[in-house]
This record gives sequence, C-alpha cells and structure tokens, in this order.
Amino acid sequence: MYNSPYLRQNTSVRRVMVTVLVAMLPAIAVQVWLFGIGLLLQIALASATALACEAAMLSMRRRPVARALGDGSALVTAWLIAVCLPPLLPWWMIVIGTSFAIIIGKHLYGGLGQNPFNPAMLAYCVLIISFPALMSQWPGLQGSDPATQLHWVLGGERALDAVTGATPLDALRTGLLGNADVSAVMQSAAFGHVAGAGWEWVALAWGAGGLLLLALRIITWHIPVAFLGAMALVSGVAWLIDPSHYASPAFHLLAGGTMLGAFFIATDPVSGATTPRGKLIFAAGIALIAWLIRAFGAYPDGIAFAVLLLNICVPLIDIKTQPPVFGHKVEPPDGGAR
Amino acid sequence: MLSKLFSFNGGVKPDPNKSLSTREPIARLALPPQLVIPLHQHIGGTPRPLVHVGDKVLRGQRIGAADGNVSSAVHAPTSGHVVAIEPRPMPHASGLSSPAVVIEPDGLDAAIEREPFDWHAAAPGEIRDFLRDAGVVGLGGAVFPSHLKLNPGKSGHTDTLVINGAECEPFITCDDMLMRAEPENILRGALIMQRMLAAKQVLVALEDNKPEAAAALKAAAQSLGHASLEVVVVPTRYPAGGAKQLIRVLTGIEVPHGSRSTDYGVQCFNVATALAVWRALEHGEPLTRRIVTVTGNVERPRNFDVAIGTPISHLFAAAGLKPDTDKLIMGGPMMGIPLPNIDAPVVKATNCLLASSPALFAPPEPELPCIRCGECARACPADLQPFELYWHSRARNFGRAQEYKLFDCIECGCCAYVCPSHIPLVDYYRYAKSEIWARERDKDAADSARERFEFRNWRADREKEEKAAKLAARNAAKPAVKPTDGSAPAADVAPSAGDDPMKALIEAAMARARAQKEAVAAKNTDALTPAQQAQIDAAEERRKRASELSGSNAPAE
Amino acid sequence: MITALIVMAGLALVLGATLGAASVLFRTQGDPLVDKIDAILPQTQCGQCGYPGCKPYATAIAGGEADINQCPPGGDEGVRKLADLLGREYKPLNAEHGIEKPKSVAVIDEATCIGCTLCIQACPVDAIVGAAKQMHTIVADLCTGCELCVPPCPADCIDMVPVAETVENWKWRYPVFELKVQPATLPAKEAA
Ligand code: SF4
Ligand code: SF4
Ligand code: SF4
Ligand code: SF4
Repeated sequence: MYNSPYLRQNTSVRRVMVTVLVAMLPAIAVQVWLFGIGLLLQIALASATALACEAAMLSMRRRPVARALGDGSALVTAWLIAVCLPPLLPWWMIVIGTSFAIIIGKHLYGGLGQNPFNPAMLAYCVLIISFPALMSQWPGLQGSDPATQLHWVLGGERALDAVTGATPLDALRTGLLGNADVSAVMQSAAFGHVAGAGWEWVALAWGAGGLLLLALRIITWHIPVAFLGAMALVSGVAWLIDPSHYASPAFHLLAGGTMLGAFFIATDPVSGATTPRGKLIFAAGIALIAWLIRAFGAYPDGIAFAVLLLNICVPLIDIKTQPPVFGHKVEPPDGGAR
Repeated sequence: MLSKLFSFNGGVKPDPNKSLSTREPIARLALPPQLVIPLHQHIGGTPRPLVHVGDKVLRGQRIGAADGNVSSAVHAPTSGHVVAIEPRPMPHASGLSSPAVVIEPDGLDAAIEREPFDWHAAAPGEIRDFLRDAGVVGLGGAVFPSHLKLNPGKSGHTDTLVINGAECEPFITCDDMLMRAEPENILRGALIMQRMLAAKQVLVALEDNKPEAAAALKAAAQSLGHASLEVVVVPTRYPAGGAKQLIRVLTGIEVPHGSRSTDYGVQCFNVATALAVWRALEHGEPLTRRIVTVTGNVERPRNFDVAIGTPISHLFAAAGLKPDTDKLIMGGPMMGIPLPNIDAPVVKATNCLLASSPALFAPPEPELPCIRCGECARACPADLQPFELYWHSRARNFGRAQEYKLFDCIECGCCAYVCPSHIPLVDYYRYAKSEIWARERDKDAADSARERFEFRNWRADREKEEKAAKLAARNAAKPAVKPTDGSAPAADVAPSAGDDPMKALIEAAMARARAQKEAVAAKNTDALTPAQQAQIDAAEERRKRASELSGSNAPAE
Repeated sequence: MITALIVMAGLALVLGATLGAASVLFRTQGDPLVDKIDAILPQTQCGQCGYPGCKPYATAIAGGEADINQCPPGGDEGVRKLADLLGREYKPLNAEHGIEKPKSVAVIDEATCIGCTLCIQACPVDAIVGAAKQMHTIVADLCTGCELCVPPCPADCIDMVPVAETVENWKWRYPVFELKVQPATLPAKEAA
C-alpha cells in the first residue's frame, strides 16, 4: 500500500552513488598516470573487501542483501579509502582499513544513513595512527614497473629508497623542521609549479570531478565553496604575515587532499551538516582545522582528522542553523496571530 | 499593473500530462439512476438533514441545513424522491461511510421556486448567510465554507483578492477548462467577492502552461473593463497553485500555518468558487454541480460537468476505464487520495478522478534508509527539513516533529517526489498528523472527564453535608423516628424474596431515586457544550415520542 | 596544602548552605508530581486500579503505595509514560487489574430502561441524563467507557459498544517499513 505522490522522479541512491564514482574517474586516471597501476590494484582490493563486509553485515543484520549492496554506497566508501591511501600499500592494510570502515564505521552505527562519522576518513585515521611509517611512503613520481608494484602490494620486501617520493606536504614539513624556509623547500625537485610536481594535476582532476557533481546537482555549492574559501583565507592571512614559514594559499589549495576533501569527502551527506548555513560552517570548520594541523600539527595532512572532528559537531550545527520555515521568516503584521 | 512577481523556494516540475483531458470540451453528464449526497462535504459541522425518506425534492432544494456558522448547506441537484438517509461509503482514503441523502431522480428536473435575493442591496452579512445556505465552499480541494472567508475582518478592507486558476497538479484540467468556457462569469464572481472584501485589487492568476485560458480571461477582463482586475500569468512550477505559494508569488507575503491570510491583507479563492458565488447570487443557483476531470488510464479522458452525488463509477463508465487499472485516485498524482470504493459519490471536493495503472504510475521501488542528501529540503516549498520530520515521525517522536513544524507541511509531495531513497515521506507526515490529532482529542476528553469527575465529587460532598444538616434538623424535631436508608432493607429483602430479586432491587432503587430526584435531575447537566446539549435534546425528544407512543399504544411509524 | 583544604571545605559548606536555604525558600507549592501523573492517567475513573478514581491512584503512585502498571484503560502506552516520568523500569500491565480493551461507550437500550436512576448514580462523570421513572440516555461524547454503570442496572439494559471508526476519527496507518527480510529467529540463535 502506498499513497500520493504517485509520481516519482527517476532517481535513486544507486544513481547518486554511481555518479559520484564516475566523477572520481578523472582524478583516478591522473593518479594512475603519475604513480602507476598501484592505485588500481588498491581500488579493486578495497572494493572487494567493502562488498564482502557489507554483504556479511547485512545478512547478519537480516537485511535484504542484494538490494542494499546494489545501492553502491559501499563502493564509494571503498574508492575514497583507496584514493586517500598512498598507492602500493601492502594488501592487508587496505583490507583492515576498508573492513574497519564498513563494519565499525558504518554498520555498527546502523548501516546506510546512520553513521555519524565519514567511514572512509575513519579508516584513514585508524591506519595513519597505527602504521604512520607505511602511510607516509608515496612512490616516486617516475614509478616502477608493474611487477615490482604487485610484489609490494602482496606484502613483499620494499626497497625503501625506491619509494622515497615524499608528498609535497611531507617535504614541506620535513624542510621546515630542518629550519629551511618555505621558498627554499619549494625549490627542491619534488615541487612542480605550485604544489609539487604532478600534484597540481591530481588536484585539478578532483576539482573537475567536483564540478561535475555540482553540475549534476549531486552536491550543492555550499561545502566546496566554504571549504576552499576558508582554506584560502586562513592560509593567505598566515602567508601574508610570514611567507617564510607558511606556504601560500595556492599551495594549500592544490596540495594534499584539499580538492578531494572539498568536493568528495566533506560533501558526504550522511555524516555532514544538512542545512545551508550549517554546511558553510561545517566546511569552513574542516578547512580551518585541516590548515591548523598542516601548519602546527604532527601529521602532514589533517583533512581526515578535521572531518571527523566536525562530524561530531554536526548535530549541534544542524540544530543551530535550522532555516526559517515558510511564513515564519518575519514577524506577522501587528504582532498578530501566531 | 503588477510589476514584479516573487517566487517561492523549492517546488518540482513533474510532467504536466494536461493535454490528455483538454482535447474535448466539458461534457454534461447524464444523471445516474441514484444520487448519493453526503451531508458532510466541507470543513466544519455536519449539516442536519431537512428531508425525510419518501419526501419529494426539487432541484436546488436544501436537503441539509448548515450546522452553526462554520458549516454549509447541501442541496438536491435534481428533482426526485428521497429513498434513504443512511451511511454510505465516502470518497475518502478510509473507505468508511458517512450519513448521506440518497435521491432517485424522477427525470423531470423540476427546479424549486427561488426566493428573490437582491445581493446588490443586501448587507455583507446577509450575503454571507445566503452563500452559506447556497452551499458555496472552496472548490479547489480544501472545501472550506466560502462565506467565512468573504469577511474582510477587523480592518474592514483587503489589499489583494487572489483568484486561483494556477491548477499546478499534473493531469488535472477542470479549472483550465472552466476558465476557457466561462471566463466572464468567473470574473463577475471575482468582482462580487472584491466588493464583499473591499479589496483594492483582484489578481486572477494562472500558470503559463494554460495559454488558451489566459487569453480567454484576458479578453473577458478587457470587456468587463475593471482597472483593479488583472490576469497574471505565473511560471509553471508545482505547487504554484497552493494558496500560500500563489500568494507568495503574487504579493511576496508568506502566510504562516495557522494564521488567516486576511490578517495579511490577502484572500485567495479558486476560480470555480468565484463562478459558484456568481451563480448563487445572480441566479440563485446553489452549488449542486461541478466540473470533474476524469483522466489517467481511461479510454476517453475529458472533463465532465456532473451533479454532486453522482457515483464515481458512473463517470469512469462514461470515460471508459481501462481493464489494467490497479487503483483509483481522487485528486492529482501528487496530492490525491486513494479511493477504495468506486461507488462513492462525487463530492464538492472532487476535482479530478484519476485511474492509475502500473504503467502510468509505477509502484515505488523499495524504501531505503534516508541518506540525508537534502534533496527533499531543496524541493520543499514550505522551507521545511522533510528528513527531520520523517525521522521523528517514524520514531513516533511527535513532539520533536512538531518542533520541526510538521503542521506547516502542506503535504504537497515534492519531498517524496525527489527522494532518492524512495521513502514515502508524506505517508509518515499524514500518519504523524493524524496521531497527534487523535491524541489531542483524547486529551480533551480526559480533561473534560477529570473536570466532571471532580465536579461530581464536589456535588456528592455537598449533598452529604446537606443531608446531614437536614437529618439533624429532623432529628431535633422528631427524635423518635429512625430514618430509613433505601438500600439497607432492600439488601435484607432480596434473598428472602427469592422469586423476584429484580423487583426488590428496583423498588429499592426507586425509593432512593425519589429521595434524590430533584438533585440528580437538575444538577448533572451543568456545563454542557452545545453539541452535548443537542444530543440530550434529541434524547428528550425520543423519550417524549416513546412516552406518547406507549400512552396511545399506537404502533411505531 | 592546609589552606587548600580549608578553602575547599569552606566552599563546600557555603554552597551546601545555599542549596539548603534555596530548597526551603523556593519549595514548590502543592504536589506537581501528582498532577503530572494524573495528566498521564486516562481519566476513565473506572476504579480498576483499586482506587476510587484516577486522582487517588495518582496520589498513591506518587506516595509510593501503588505500582505503575495497574491502570488497564491507560494501557501499555500509559505504563510507558509513567515509567518515563518517574524514571522507573517499564513493566507489563498487571493482569489482576484487568486487560487493555478498545475504547467503548455505554449505550442504554431506551426501550428496556425503567428509569431507575441507578446508573446515573454510578456514573463518575455524569455522562447519563434522565430522571426517575423516565428513560435514561448516555451522552456518548462524555462517556469514558468505565463500565461502572453496567452492573447496577436492574433491567440489564446497558451495553458497552466499542467506539466505531468514522471518517472524522480515522487515522492514517503507520507506513510499512519493510527493510527486514525475515523475522529475527532469535530462539534458534540462542540455541546455537
Ligand atoms: S531526499 Fe530522501 S534520502 Fe534525501 S534527505 Fe530527504 S528523505 Fe533523506
Ligand atoms: S510534503 Fe511537506 S515536507 Fe514534503 S515538500 Fe511538501 S511541504 Fe515540504
Ligand atoms: S484504572 Fe481507571 S480509575 Fe484507575 S487510573 Fe486507570 S482509568 Fe483511572
Ligand atoms: S455512562 Fe457508564 S460507562 Fe460511560 S462513563 Fe458513565 S458509568 Fe462509565
């Protein structure tokens, strides 16, 4: 039995999720081109783990497995985990991270739509806290041959010097710790035009995917604009005050996970704020905390932690930013009937 | 000249599907063998029946009188005989029955003689009473008695009178066709309303997907030549035809839930209501017919001019219901209600009858959990957060749902239309609203019961005191006589009487009753509402009739 | 160290005294708890709880003399609300006091009524009108369905009729939420 409306727009959760996956493709392509096929192995592994965990959890919770698997939400989580992690991690790390995200981050809270934390970021944080060394090894830009990559993914011995391609954020942190100033660090080989060789392209590809999501009305402008705006603002102010210790806004916007975070991670509807003003506050908060962690914290990139911190605040933000309801925006005439 | 249109947030643009039923002009449908005219067709009190079974009625004869001022009369649409006054299935989602007058037309269609009424000379109050007794109610679907809205209120005047021809729901075209057919009369009705409301301007608004109707209205407005009357074409976006949304589009004013728009200097009527007002006042014709769109899964979709009380099956027969129809809907596909019974009659609220088939309106995909995507909030014309309402309604947390302004929801269905999780959101709101109403009813009943219980206890105490005082006085006068308590001897007698304990009990009761007769009869009927008083009066009536009958020993009528 | 102890002890004393004074000064008048409990009780006034009406039962609950599961007309929901209000554990309705029934109203068979007024005296909310030797009638809107008028009637002419659903009081049903595939087979799980 169902009642009006009898007309429904042709839309579904599955459609939304598949669109997100499609929008991730450009950036994935650029990363593969830069760092080799390691990322593809990682995506495949994460996807398989996510689907298996999802199916297991659903059947344990006695929910219809096929229907919920088909919604694609587990795949989005898996892909986000895969692109956040450095490529060529040993397989068991991917498995641990993904199953943590799906089992603990999602289903223990009640499954799709109920999780207060972004599951992908939860997985990232768990991994970076547990395995900080492995998590900071990004492969060199030149890449290595697929066989070696496979060898590493399967958990084989790693020739450490072959994986020394530190990310620009890492390099900046190490450089600054070594008392070099920003411009000096930027001169080094790892840096391209702005934010590290190749990294600008990755960031721009994320941005392009994000614009696609905006154009298809999967996300609204609030979160990306507030995120990037706040990031530019805080880093810009700091940079104007002391350019030798703080990197430029352009660097911050294009380095690390800024673009990915602004368009794909902070926009996760389930764990994010929902009201328009709430979204602005939520995203600006993430950007601010992420910059603070980058500038003063112990981890090179703080987006994941920032997202989780703001996830905690979401109920409060939502309650405080409820938009006025039709007819309740202004006082009624002569203070009258209310 | 209206220089600027406003807009409301949200809304959706479903496929209008209107051309289905606009190809053919309005057809006057022949009378069915039986008309079922429900007494309660509007918001407010249920009319009292004025006719008896077996009576002959004429077209336009009042068969139900308004019960109080917040009510409206009902009339016979043709001449014939009253064959029954009994509960009949209603065009309501419940499929339950309500009292109705069943008339068998005699085919003569003889009209009742009209009392002349010169509305030009009448005072506004008299016109309102006349409209109430002519059964004019809002024909856009809300069926609120129109005479109540035709009152400018304290200020004595109104800024804007909105005549709503927007008709934003897909499939429905009854207003469209009416505007094409009788534009002058609609506008004349609007001008009468303008006079009653002392309105500065009249805006006749319709969506831009009805160019023919707009042209007809504009031409009619020109020929009437009233400077304060304007035909406004608004952009097509569902639900632009919702009264609040249309007022917002035309004037920028947002009327909150629970306030009257007159307080904001605006009043809004449907085009068909304007026509009904004109017919009632100019021709003395009460509201007994209306235009109904029959569309969807039928062979010959079109608009019919039908007598109110015509069984819905009669309309579908005329339009040719297709065999694969899986459900019937009264209203449009966005806000319509399911019709469990095809024999229910057309009522004043019936604007459209829609036959659905699995191909036309596919059953929704299974519901998934809400992903808080906010699509619904973006589509909501009332600026609500539908997913929060859903969340709290589903958890039966009605207090919280009301905090999120559940009652501001107009049940337009935009949120459910866009929801990617296919959640029947509006069903949850309807459920929550009717639960809250039920609880309020229960609470009112409990409060009144508590009051009456406390009053009764107080009275019992007082009586005891009075009795004690009387007893003391009597004892002082005649100290030898022991007062007899009615029930004590009865208890002694009952077992010994054996053969007839009932009689003993009754005697005991009577004895006690005599003692308390006055007190009881008079005092427990204090503080009754008019409705309760009416019920008591009815009982007294029955009682009188029963005693008359037993007195004369005549058989029952 | 000693200063700290003294400061802390002094602070505790002052705060304690303030709290004590406040509780004396601002003591609430009457007993709002009884009223709060009474507001939850359905006011059927049937006495099934073992008290002569809802208010006395409310007083008894507030006084700790009665349990919260003795009011059948209030039903399961009533017990839950009381448990919520009083911060007590929910418990199912005590069957000794009766079971929850759909709401009914009393109807007097007007042909059989002998006008004895016994039911009038029994009705706790004055829902019956009539005078001696005349037919009595129940005002359905006022009747709480307590059934107290049924036993005293010597002519046995009072029936309890469940309140029928009408177009006016009909309620939309809770939408079916069919996410669970099969009913949880808990016993099997426990056995395993
Ligand atoms: S549109 Fe549906 S899924 Fe999205 S927030 Fe609203 S109710 Fe939830
Ligand atoms: S049905 Fe209610 S909540 Fe949903 S869009 Fe319409 S007004 Fe908003
Ligand atoms: S059992 Fe009857 S008298 Fe007692 S509280 Fe419940 S309704 Fe009131
Ligand atoms: S009429 Fe009978 S059942 Fe109804 S409240 Fe009075 S005593 Fe109770």
